[in-house]
Amino acid sequence: MSKLIEIRDLSKVYTRGKQQVEVLHQVNLDVNQGDFLALMGPSGSGKTTLLNLIGGLDQPSGGSITIGGERIDQLGSAALSRWRAARVGFVFQFYNLMPMLSAQRNVELPLLLTKLSAAERRKRAAIALQLVGLSERASHKPTELSGGQQQRVSIARAIVSDPTLLVCDEPTGDLDRQSAEDVLSLLQALNRDHGKTIVMVTHDPRAAERAGQVLHLDKGSLVEQVAA
Amino acid sequence: MKYLHLVWAALFRRKLRTVLTLVSIITAFLLFGLLDAVRTSFDQAGQSANGASRLQSGSRLSFIQTLPMALGQRIAQVDGVKAVTYANWFGGAYQDPHNAVFSFAVAPNYIDLYPEMVVSADARKAFDTTRTGALVGERLAKRFNWKVGDRIPLQSTIFPDRNGSKNWEFEVVGLIQSADKKTGGWYDQLFLLNWKYFDDTTPYNQGAVGWYVSRVADVNQADRVAKAIDALSTNSDHETRTQTEQAAMSSWVKQLADIGLIVSSIMGAVFFTLLLLAGNTMMQAVRERTNEIAVLKTIGFSSRSVMGMVLAESMLLLLIGGVIGLALASVVGPAVSAGSGGTLRLPAAGLGSWSVGVGLALVFGAIVGALPAWNAMRLNIVDALR
Repeated sequence: MSKLIEIRDLSKVYTRGKQQVEVLHQVNLDVNQGDFLALMGPSGSGKTTLLNLIGGLDQPSGGSITIGGERIDQLGSAALSRWRAARVGFVFQFYNLMPMLSAQRNVELPLLLTKLSAAERRKRAAIALQLVGLSERASHKPTELSGGQQQRVSIARAIVSDPTLLVCDEPTGDLDRQSAEDVLSLLQALNRDHGKTIVMVTHDPRAAERAGQVLHLDKGSLVEQVAA
Repeated sequence: MKYLHLVWAALFRRKLRTVLTLVSIITAFLLFGLLDAVRTSFDQAGQSANGASRLQSGSRLSFIQTLPMALGQRIAQVDGVKAVTYANWFGGAYQDPHNAVFSFAVAPNYIDLYPEMVVSADARKAFDTTRTGALVGERLAKRFNWKVGDRIPLQSTIFPDRNGSKNWEFEVVGLIQSADKKTGGWYDQLFLLNWKYFDDTTPYNQGAVGWYVSRVADVNQADRVAKAIDALSTNSDHETRTQTEQAAMSSWVKQLADIGLIVSSIMGAVFFTLLLLAGNTMMQAVRERTNEIAVLKTIGFSSRSVMGMVLAESMLLLLIGGVIGLALASVVGPAVSAGSGGTLRLPAAGLGSWSVGVGLALVFGAIVGALPAWNAMRLNIVDALR
């Protein structure tokens, strides 16, 4: 299996007033193409910070992040935006759908950054919605959907541009048990059947069980690596 | 264009707030359209081919100062002058001082110099032979329901008769029609009385003339002729200022009020308030969408794209309000004119008003959207999603 993510001596320091807080300390991590990795740890351990750095939403204070052979820690803001648009899909805890757009239009959003025609965008969004089992809800707005359905729409938005990497931040954190199971099954299927590499932050051990690999973070450092 | 539906959706995310802001913008641009129509209407007074060939000579000191009757003959002898006539301001009002009537005491040949006025031969003859006769603009007659043969009491706001009364009586002997209904609307609101009757009746005139009107033989020689007319009275106690009809009208209006300055002042205050209001709306709209903007940036929208979308939203808001406001002004202006029976003349917003209005809407949109757009561009994704 080829290496997709290669993190070396990664550190992240935030400045809060006059205080400097080191959130990540000398993190080294390799993730292979097609892996499903769960990141666990107590609040403030640096899970989300690590996820943000892997997703190219933030820049490290030190070390390197190479994804798909590209040093994303060296990319400028505009290049990083383009990289995210092409390579990463994001799934958030609170779905973060645009409330004024239909499910179909929400899923189409990442495709607006491509050169695809309007018809092709509609077609691809419809396929993505079909994949998450929400074809019949395409015209509904987020407020007309349940939490589980909204999260499935957000997964459809994450995969519509066919990214290599899916970055999920507590994707089941706001869902009831059944909806959480549905979402996790969907992520598992995307990993297994479509070869998507997934990095997921979770507090939920049952969610972590669905991942192939679980990493624990504590006080900004990786403390153990458990094979599921 | 690909992002238009996004911009549109963001604009109407809070429908009530957007609609209320739009109502304010529409009102501001409606006011702009109407006031600009007033200004344009004054600016265009005297602007015509005939107007260009007419010169008006009035007192250099003030338009209420009179000129001697003898000056007329000397003006007629100036090289390049084809014909001369004269008139006095009468300052008439009908029934109520608020019902002001554009009334002038005019020389017998006054109408000859104004082909814009169409008067029948019979009416001309009756005017010449009836001492108290008056020629009345068709629209004015319609406004007060006057007919030929009616005796009209008119109150002069300035001139009393020899008994000290300001109540005059005239007989309507004919109607004045505008030769061109579109550009000559002023003429069908006039009330013309015989200068001789006026001069004989009021003790305050004594053969004086309010202003002279000269027709020049060659329009290209108008400047030279004007200087030659003014040279006739240099260093006298009745020095004149001779101008083209358009310049004279503008000068007259400016002595009463600087319409341009008034319009600019009112619109300055209105638009300043509008900027604060729309600016506040846009700031609020963007602040409450912090999370959504962060998501767009997360997905891969560049900071510049996000800034462009916020700016487009702001400009679209102002443009929609501006266009609706100007369109309403184009309807309301003529409707008010029609409803007032010609007292108020508010033409539909012309191409100039539309160009300035749309330009202002876009500029204001850019100003109003600049700060929220800048904030959206600089938004840190991690902070916003935390």
